[in-house]
Amino acid sequence: MKRSDKLRIIFGRLIQAIPSIIGIIIVTFILTRALPGDPAVYFAGPAATEKSIQEIRTSLGLDKSMLEQFWIYASNLARGDLGVSVSTGLSVKEELIRRLPASLELTFLALLFSIGVALPLGIAAATRPNSWVDQFCRIVVTAGVSLPVFFTGLFMVYLFYYILGIAPAPLGRLDIIYLSPPSITGFYTIDALLDGDFETFGAALSQMILPAITLGIFTLAPLARMTRGAMLQVLSSDFIRTARASGLKRSTVLYTYAFRNALLPILTTLGMVFSFMLGSNVLVEKVFAWPGIGSFAIEALIVSDYAAVQGFVLAMAILYVLLNLTIDIVYTLVDPRVGLES
Amino acid sequence: MRRRDFLKTMGAAGGAAVIPFLRFLPAEAAGRDDTLVVVSGNGPNSMDIQRKGTNRPSYQIAVNLYDRLVGYSTKTLANGTLMYDYSKLEPEAAESWVVSPDGMTITFKMRKGATFWDGAPITAYDVKWSFDRAVSLGGFPTVQMKAGSLEKPEQFEAIDADTFVIKLTRPDKMTLPDLGVPVPIIFNSELAKKHATADDPWATEYLHRTPAGSGAFMLERWDPGQQVVYKRFEEWKNGELPGISRVIIREIPSASTRRALLEKGDADVSLEMPPKDFAELNASGKYTITGVPIENSMISIGLNLNFEPFANKLVRQAIAYSVPYDQIFKQAAFERGIPLWGGKSLTPATIEWPQPFPYNTDYDKAKALLKEAGYEQGFEVPLSFNLGLAQWSEPMCLLLQESLEKVGIKATIEKIPGANWRTAALVEKKLPMHIKDFGGWLNYPDYYSFWVYQKDRLFNSMNYSNPEVEKITDATLKMEVSDPQYEPNIKKLLSIFFEDVPLIPVYQPYLDVAMQKNITGYEYYAHRQLDCRSFNKASV
Amino acid sequence: MKEFIKHLRYVLTENPVTLIAGAMFVLLIIAAVIGPSIVPYDPMASNASQSLKAPSWDHWFGTDQLGRDVFSRIVVATRLDLSIAVSAVAISFIFGSILGSLAGFFGGWVDRIVGRITDTIMAFPLFVLAMGIVAALGNSVENIVYATAIINLPFYARVSRTEVNVRRSADFVLAARLAGNSSLRLLATHIYPNTLPPLMVQVSLNMGWAILNAAGLSFIGLGVRPPTAEWGIMVAEGAGYIVSGEWWLAIFPGLALMLAVFTFNLLGDGLRDLIDPRRRT
Repeated sequence: MKRSDKLRIIFGRLIQAIPSIIGIIIVTFILTRALPGDPAVYFAGPAATEKSIQEIRTSLGLDKSMLEQFWIYASNLARGDLGVSVSTGLSVKEELIRRLPASLELTFLALLFSIGVALPLGIAAATRPNSWVDQFCRIVVTAGVSLPVFFTGLFMVYLFYYILGIAPAPLGRLDIIYLSPPSITGFYTIDALLDGDFETFGAALSQMILPAITLGIFTLAPLARMTRGAMLQVLSSDFIRTARASGLKRSTVLYTYAFRNALLPILTTLGMVFSFMLGSNVLVEKVFAWPGIGSFAIEALIVSDYAAVQGFVLAMAILYVLLNLTIDIVYTLVDPRVGLES
Repeated sequence: MRRRDFLKTMGAAGGAAVIPFLRFLPAEAAGRDDTLVVVSGNGPNSMDIQRKGTNRPSYQIAVNLYDRLVGYSTKTLANGTLMYDYSKLEPEAAESWVVSPDGMTITFKMRKGATFWDGAPITAYDVKWSFDRAVSLGGFPTVQMKAGSLEKPEQFEAIDADTFVIKLTRPDKMTLPDLGVPVPIIFNSELAKKHATADDPWATEYLHRTPAGSGAFMLERWDPGQQVVYKRFEEWKNGELPGISRVIIREIPSASTRRALLEKGDADVSLEMPPKDFAELNASGKYTITGVPIENSMISIGLNLNFEPFANKLVRQAIAYSVPYDQIFKQAAFERGIPLWGGKSLTPATIEWPQPFPYNTDYDKAKALLKEAGYEQGFEVPLSFNLGLAQWSEPMCLLLQESLEKVGIKATIEKIPGANWRTAALVEKKLPMHIKDFGGWLNYPDYYSFWVYQKDRLFNSMNYSNPEVEKITDATLKMEVSDPQYEPNIKKLLSIFFEDVPLIPVYQPYLDVAMQKNITGYEYYAHRQLDCRSFNKASV
Repeated sequence: MKEFIKHLRYVLTENPVTLIAGAMFVLLIIAAVIGPSIVPYDPMASNASQSLKAPSWDHWFGTDQLGRDVFSRIVVATRLDLSIAVSAVAISFIFGSILGSLAGFFGGWVDRIVGRITDTIMAFPLFVLAMGIVAALGNSVENIVYATAIINLPFYARVSRTEVNVRRSADFVLAARLAGNSSLRLLATHIYPNTLPPLMVQVSLNMGWAILNAAGLSFIGLGVRPPTAEWGIMVAEGAGYIVSGEWWLAIFPGLALMLAVFTFNLLGDGLRDLIDPRRRT
């Protein structure tokens, strides 16, 4: 395929994402308006009068018709204005910029942990199906996926912080004595390294370990099992048999032929896992007082903070589209059979 | 600011030498004598109490970062806890004040030498601008100012830099006390005006993010949703300099984590935990728990008169006899409160408020009353509670549900999410049976009646109306407590509450705060926020 | 049929873990069917004198804040939890796999429409979407099931689309087509069954996820209505008691949850072995 073709295809893919982004904007708008609470009543405060509720309603633009509200929202959006979160009092854009790196940093670390553990386990299990290695792998990953993340999180805090005292206090991204490193990427570990400040780097990393493992454990299962399943399927296929029969080295067969072909479903799963992780961040962040977008979204949803919920979902959707695009591109590189639809 | 500068400003003993160890010894770092570490479930959403949509935790900003003209003095309760004294005011930014003989003007002299954080003197012009702002912005600050008959900018006048005058339209016993609440704070008006625009003459956008005050503490940093850090304003002249030089308030959403942080010594003060945790920490004897009964507040069960069976007084009384008071008090409230059942008579002996209602758990009486009312077969009723208060209201509802079943009433429990609660319970008033936790800011039964028992009031989620209640409430609200008519009227009012029971009180809750033993100086205020100015921390 | 039983026996004996999973599954079914009539205590009845008692001979799994017997509540909850899992997964499996197969087989505009729908759902942060749906519709068991079904739907749709897509031009399909089979028939009888093994992996995982999803909703207060016993809400409420030392409130329902999810997952593997024609030797 020519380079320009690829660029055209990538561009085409982006264009294709537009309908689903529009779909998301509409669905989120409707969903937030279907929430039972009246934000004007909520934000008018405890001793509100009918008049002050009405004032808030007007200032939030909630006295206008649904279509009008949507039009205002959409045209603001087109100008890049995501609105103001009523519950935190800051603009949604500002909130996202501040909180997204926190969530992403945690998710990436969790994903690294998950891949680092799950892929080797899955491959090992597939090469010796039904052996003790396979059963061990099954039990470990299944145990990981069997407990709710908030339970695992609280339990780890209890064990490693409260009882053993080896984990730092679950106080968020940094312990009380540290200040955040100068913001470049928003990832505390990277910013601290760029700043050459290894203490803060260590502190930020140590705060992340428990939540990242909590998040990672939960995603071991889909990854490891998909790896095992895909590897098994490939290993029992004819071309591997042929490769083996023709006397190729075992590791060559395994990694060059089998794993490469098994990557397809693994990648699909990886994409799902990433998106799933960003979603289940919500609960982990709540347990570890992590100031990410997940905890922001829960609070926003509970107090019917429309702008915040919409901004959060939109940001996640765009992330997801970008992620998918990346996976699609990798897909074509891995498997020439599946062509990109233009 | 970089961490090293942070340590420097902390006046770090030992400086760089201790840094490598600090990472591993957070407990010791938090244990520093001059730093107070507070963990709380919620944090402020604005630095400006007068902004629309400002939440309750933001009141602490007004309390700690700003000064008012006056403050309250302090009294000590029987259990040793300090409590504000509403009846006695103390100078804050004002050095002294004089009320004219007719009660129509109050003249304040500003304190000499007191400055804002930027060094500008606090003048009467600043007070004028700030009060004008409070009465002009609308919403909460304006309502609160009005409670003290402060309604329009024309009432405020700065005679010169040192003299500020309030002109009243009528004498009001509430005016002076109302100046001590968190709302009428004094802004650095010159600074604020620099950031005002034509669209935003009161600099709401600037003051929302940047406090401009003269309070005992200055804002060191605010990471919304994470933490607020105060540092002491060393030049503070409007009161005794605080014993704590830095306050770190972290938001920790999980209540059990907050408890763990306190127990591990990583936090000095832990707020907003379930009653069970306070009860257990109190029993352990290792921490100071301040259980102050929240003034004019009751945990009660509201019966909506629009729900047909509850329109009948006998049914309401039957319900009041079916509440498992003792069980709720022990198993849901963990005894963190004062019982409000088991009163002796339908005619109150005193005008103390809240006081026990003359009901107790008596299923036979309840059944007899239901029979008399024609509801012998019982009925079905939804029982709702606010999800945000699930820690104690869910077990309360479960116990109630079980008891009601014994008299033939089938209750189904509804959890109502926080955002929807006010809409459903207070605005639409459509919940047949629900848990209420209303507390009035001013400690009078007539004030409670005004908000809860009078017809169509916001907190009258029971749709209760009684012409006599209307009449007595309106009359007593204006009366001085010393008025000879006050007591008989209130007694009459309470006896109506007793008999009609649209609201079944169960207990008066405590405001609990858990602290390490070396922390002293906690003071209870009606606004229920921490006033960090009075705190002290002894070395351990 | 005889062939099938023989194969079943082979799969069970060849893999002891599957056998154990099968036994646990039977146990769960028994608990779901007759549980409510064999438990020692009324799962809803409070008992003031017995609140927060540690596990003992009288109360095997201890008691909760209201003195309710945790063991009884866990056993009784089995029925509800299994129903939530089965119905949520059934809905998403049926709709997801049909949509996905059609998309994969016909391609073109069918594919595009299905693709857009699943893309739109997938692009939502899933848990937040579930939260939003339950918050908007109200927290009842049905709405938890619908929310869980909706967020799982794209998984099935995508996997079956990929599987069908890869297979639609496989030799055996071409052969069947040449033999004069209609498109739909071809899809239903030749291709669709072949996509089931990979889907089974999803089903087994999703059974567990469905319960965990309900548990997560409970954690933020959107779970089933009290006093209904449900594992998720029991773990969620019990989690707050870990630090204060009442570990049994979270651990036992957590173990029940884990046991169920475990069973489903391991069973999924067994099922996969059972229906995978390539392993039928």
